[in-house]
Amino acid sequence: MAKYLLRRLATIVPTLFFVSVLIFGLQQLLPGDPAIALAGEERDPETIRYLRAKFHLDEPLPVRYWHWASGVVQGDLGESVRIQKPVSELILEKLPVTIQLAAMAMLIALLIGITAGVISAVKKDTWWDYGANVFALWGLSTPNFWLGILLILVFAVELGWLPASGYVSPFEDLWGNLAAMIMPAFVLGNAIAAVLMRHTRSAMLQVLSSDYVRTARAKGLNERVVILKHALRNALIPIITLGALEFGTLLSGAVLTEQVFTIPGFGKLIVDAVFNRDYLVVQGVVLFTATVYITLNLLADLAYFLVNPRLRV
Amino acid sequence: MLGFAVVVFFVLLALLAPWIAPYDPVATNWSAIRAAPSAAHWFGGDELGRDVLSRIIWGARASILAGVVSVSISLALGVPIGMLAGYVGRWVDALISRITDAMLSCPFLILAIALAAFLGPSLTNAMIAIGISATPIFIRLTRAQVLNAKAEDYVEAARALGNPHYRIALRHIFPNIVAPLIVQATLAIAAAVIAEASLSFLGLGQQPPAPSWGSMLNTARNYVDQAPWMAIWPGVSIFLLVLSFNLLGDGLRDALDPRHK
Repeated sequence: MAKYLLRRLATIVPTLFFVSVLIFGLQQLLPGDPAIALAGEERDPETIRYLRAKFHLDEPLPVRYWHWASGVVQGDLGESVRIQKPVSELILEKLPVTIQLAAMAMLIALLIGITAGVISAVKKDTWWDYGANVFALWGLSTPNFWLGILLILVFAVELGWLPASGYVSPFEDLWGNLAAMIMPAFVLGNAIAAVLMRHTRSAMLQVLSSDYVRTARAKGLNERVVILKHALRNALIPIITLGALEFGTLLSGAVLTEQVFTIPGFGKLIVDAVFNRDYLVVQGVVLFTATVYITLNLLADLAYFLVNPRLRV
Repeated sequence: MLGFAVVVFFVLLALLAPWIAPYDPVATNWSAIRAAPSAAHWFGGDELGRDVLSRIIWGARASILAGVVSVSISLALGVPIGMLAGYVGRWVDALISRITDAMLSCPFLILAIALAAFLGPSLTNAMIAIGISATPIFIRLTRAQVLNAKAEDYVEAARALGNPHYRIALRHIFPNIVAPLIVQATLAIAAAVIAEASLSFLGLGQQPPAPSWGSMLNTARNYVDQAPWMAIWPGVSIFLLVLSFNLLGDGLRDALDPRHK
């Protein structure tokens, strides 16, 4: 276990190094003097001077990278030129909102995706199976910002059941918070539910044709017990790991969903930063996302290693 | 077949836009401001009185162009780099694989948004951003295919005959890895169409007043209670085009790789 962990951690170091080079490299894409571009629309001379000194813009590229990376390692992602706050503080401020949205979306995705996948596999080549496959194609092909607008049209404008946009803290009004978050969470979970449905279906089909399921059936066990206790429990292992890998889709989707429903989360932070040409925030958000993604990948690998005894032999 | 037919339909729509669009897509008309669908304006009018149908027809150009050009960029970069990694191996493979891992660590759309933000908002830059963001998938796929092909007897035979490396790679390996690349490219076009619509929705793709389905949806968001047709048709168009590319990709995979049937 320790050996595996060490080997896995060793592969992360170069990946993180290249991620940092890639994100540092984004600055080089800016046309003209990076200090002027990074200073945003106001182009305050004070800010330009600060940026020039902070990023050592008069020094060669490798030296500049070294200074930048040393700051990043210590948690210094720079300061937002618009809000005049450290980028790391901004990210930590917005993160809880996106975490709640992502958690609700994942819960919806797991409920819909796994249920549809199991039904589709158990009732293979029936109308249930075709229906579930149509649902998966729908989920994969629908832009979530469009689905968001349609849901607003139906549930907020026509029926008036839910608020069209906005955010309420759960500590202020839990019911109001859930009412505001249910539509965005469904929109975000929809595409992931489709992916999970496909994975569940193929994992279940594989497990259902295995010897131990045949043995369980031969023992005369109730079909419900065979499917839920014997087949699904084993099929779930790869599905849960794949769920963790869907984190990227979740964050990408959150950018658009938060924009449609005006939720002040992590995704809205990057979009606002783009519009305000607050490039350090953009850079910080991408770096943070990539680091979290790499960490989740590692945890998913470890979880898979722990729950699958064959890998430990 | 259905997927292919719908793709052909949209391609024809894009190519024939100047002749089949009933109105100029950027011409404003005060009497058609947020006008409901009618015989004169089948899909209604938008917030400036522009004909929604004409904008949908012209918008197909931006979507299809973005899908095809971005994936061409990904293929042009990803296939040679992936072949190099898979064929040469050793430190070249290790280096390329780590860079690919790094790129894949940044969620596709977030990387595309960051690239488009730094490059500046325009359709061309959006296509470059999407193309670069999708490249690591092609590097990984090509590398894996080359590694499989390298172990085949026909490559061994080509090597025994004294063929130079570039010839083995281009003449013997490449033709045998084209099928999965075509399938992946078709599915990647679907993802690129959604990505372009997403970037345009955020204001980082096609710039107004030029029509794009994504930017049309962004505007429609503000008029959803007064003119829902402004939001319905661009969304239906994106959905149909993406769905048809996904169906086409699935169909090609079944046709080219019987194990997936």
